[in-house]
Amino acid sequence: MKKFFALMLALCLMLACGACVAEETAVEAKSEGVMTYAEYDAAAMDAEVVLECYVQATQSWWDNKITVYAADQEGAYFLYEMACSEEDAAKLVPGAKIKVTGYKGAWAGEIEVMEATFEFVEGGINYIAEAVDMTALLGTEELIAKQNQKAAFKGLTVEKIEYKNGEPGDDIYVTLGLNGASYSFCVERYLTAPDTEVYTTVGTLQAGDVVDVEAFVYWYEGPNPHITSIVKAAQ
Amino acid sequence: MMRLAKRMLLMLCLAACLVLTGCHGAQETSAFEIPEAFDTSRQYEITFWAKNDTNITQADLYRKAIEDFQAIYPNITVNLRLYTDYGRIYNDVITNIATGTTPNVCITYPDHIATYLTGDNCVVPLDELFTHEKYGLGGSEVLFDAPTQAEIVPQFLSECAFGGHYYAVPYMRSTEACYVNKTYVEKLGFTLPEKLTWDFVWEVADAAAQQDEEGTYLVNGQKVMIPFLYKSTDNMMIQMLRQKGAGYSTDAGEILIFNDTTRELLSTVAEHVKKGAFSTFKISSYPANFLNAGQCIFAIDSTAGATWMGSDAPLIDIAEDKLVQFETAVMTIPQFDPEHPQMISQGPSMCVFNKDDPQEVLASWLFTQYMLTNDVQIAYASTEGYVPVTTKAQQSDNYQDYLARAGEDNEHHYIVKMQATQLLLDNVGNTFVTPVFNGSASLRDAAGQMIEEVTKGIRRKKTVDDAFITELYSKMNSLYRLDQDKGGTASGKKDLGPLPVTARLLIAALVFTWAMILLYMARDGIKKRKLLKNKQ
Repeated sequence: MKKFFALMLALCLMLACGACVAEETAVEAKSEGVMTYAEYDAAAMDAEVVLECYVQATQSWWDNKITVYAADQEGAYFLYEMACSEEDAAKLVPGAKIKVTGYKGAWAGEIEVMEATFEFVEGGINYIAEAVDMTALLGTEELIAKQNQKAAFKGLTVEKIEYKNGEPGDDIYVTLGLNGASYSFCVERYLTAPDTEVYTTVGTLQAGDVVDVEAFVYWYEGPNPHITSIVKAAQ
Repeated sequence: MMRLAKRMLLMLCLAACLVLTGCHGAQETSAFEIPEAFDTSRQYEITFWAKNDTNITQADLYRKAIEDFQAIYPNITVNLRLYTDYGRIYNDVITNIATGTTPNVCITYPDHIATYLTGDNCVVPLDELFTHEKYGLGGSEVLFDAPTQAEIVPQFLSECAFGGHYYAVPYMRSTEACYVNKTYVEKLGFTLPEKLTWDFVWEVADAAAQQDEEGTYLVNGQKVMIPFLYKSTDNMMIQMLRQKGAGYSTDAGEILIFNDTTRELLSTVAEHVKKGAFSTFKISSYPANFLNAGQCIFAIDSTAGATWMGSDAPLIDIAEDKLVQFETAVMTIPQFDPEHPQMISQGPSMCVFNKDDPQEVLASWLFTQYMLTNDVQIAYASTEGYVPVTTKAQQSDNYQDYLARAGEDNEHHYIVKMQATQLLLDNVGNTFVTPVFNGSASLRDAAGQMIEEVTKGIRRKKTVDDAFITELYSKMNSLYRLDQDKGGTASGKKDLGPLPVTARLLIAALVFTWAMILLYMARDGIKKRKLLKNKQ
């Protein structure tokens, strides 16, 4: 019995270790000359930055440029109007690994990579970040550290839905409430176009509805997450 | 059997003819001719691509104008598509010219129309429409009280003429204003002059960039301060060059911008960026947000952005707890020679796109004309620091009453907006526009980009010297293709050289098809005549 018990324990230990190792290998080491997220975070404004990251979503391609929501396992990046051909834009699918060179900048509080160029990294893993529940961070100073990450916000009450131009077609400004405070969210039309489910769902919401939201933690003069998913919460 | 073969031949010829002429029509529309009369028995559906300044009141006013117009012309339906960016309209129009799906009416800049004109007969010249007895401006058959041509402010109208024709009508006009935090200027020990000069602005901006050892700015006690922030750097360069009497371009499209004055101006910008005194919208964000947070002293933006400026602005984009109370002065942009101020004239114009159906074009023109009526002009101009483009609207009792009530409230008569409007009304004679030609939009982009590049260069710790600027000139020339011959005038008419082989083949096929049809008909006629003779 003891032998059997010891064997089982050893097996469990091996499996646990194996799982740990597997998880660790999922975090790919950065190539030479590439910054870690911590180094990027610490870099001065206007400094040149070199990153390896994974595409999470893109805004619509236009004029040989594309805006990308990107992440690695440590943090997230907003690649604003990155130079990109239409052909390459089609390959910037969620999970794709890219190496990006650009300049760190801040625009209305949003930390972004400006004037970026990129190349695809072949042979890397595909990585799509899970949305992390940040409901408790709303209204706190800590949220800014999570900028551009995929977040989940749960149990928020719809206060106001406002189309930018007064009718569907452009961005939608969404005000959601929690514990007596109001928070600004946005349905960014170049991320989730008027024909997407998110856009149409938001159009059907009424003040008072309780919703669960997933969004990229974008910043415009304060938190202004870009909604990627919205569902009525179970009552 | 022979008869069947002949029929087949005829059908093939006809089909080929239809296909080929169909192709031909998709690429080229014949020049518009004004119909004898507007056919009100038919229904027309036209599209209008409009631009608003992220201001929902403006979007609502477009909708109201359409509703009112449709009540007068129930047989015309206007479909509105709204943009908040001229660049996007421009891009979409270019794309739709290629597919023959342009809108009917479009808000635009004259610079952009110059590019649209490279499509043959794509934009309707408006000269004859302006003066047409029945459907012209204020014409006898127009069913609303439209302005006459003489009632459009001549300077604004002249901005829509190029290549010897009018291709647009002005819709609204604005200029740039410098919105000043007067409280901070005085706190720094300066007194605002009657007219701003560049020297004064740079001097105050440098002083405002002073920080203590902990990086806190002395003037506002905050960690952020951009003393001088410019929204549109293309306007900045264009106006500085104009005020200096330096080259930008000739009317014919010769590029003159890469000169010593530009070099000197860029060096001055670099010098003040180094001191932390200057930044731009593209690099930092909206001047209004920094101004209202007490983080900017000189914010230069359009008079059409006035409702966002100042502590009591009706439109605010920053959190309430970031708002700072200060006195706002609305001034003309800085000048090199304040005795002879010069500033840009800007604002939306409207052009009409040509279609195969002249009646549809006439319907589009009637709608365009409706946008110049007093109701539309006054209502829209009042949303921002715009000025109506007709003297008929400007001199109307309604508009005069509106101006007289400046500062009565912080919404419709918001004082900063009204002062911005008055600034343009007082300076119409001091405004100018740049020459319009195929490529002028690119030149404008390059003018602004040079300031952006110099500013970024300094911020990125690069050496901005003569060598940097020389390289920048070369980069701009190539990036915006300014070294290429664009064909000079805006009329879009230039010698394009011999036709390409495909076009020549197409024409040959058309000629062959028609020849075959005629041959067949002639042969058939002769045969019938012979048969007839034989019977006789």
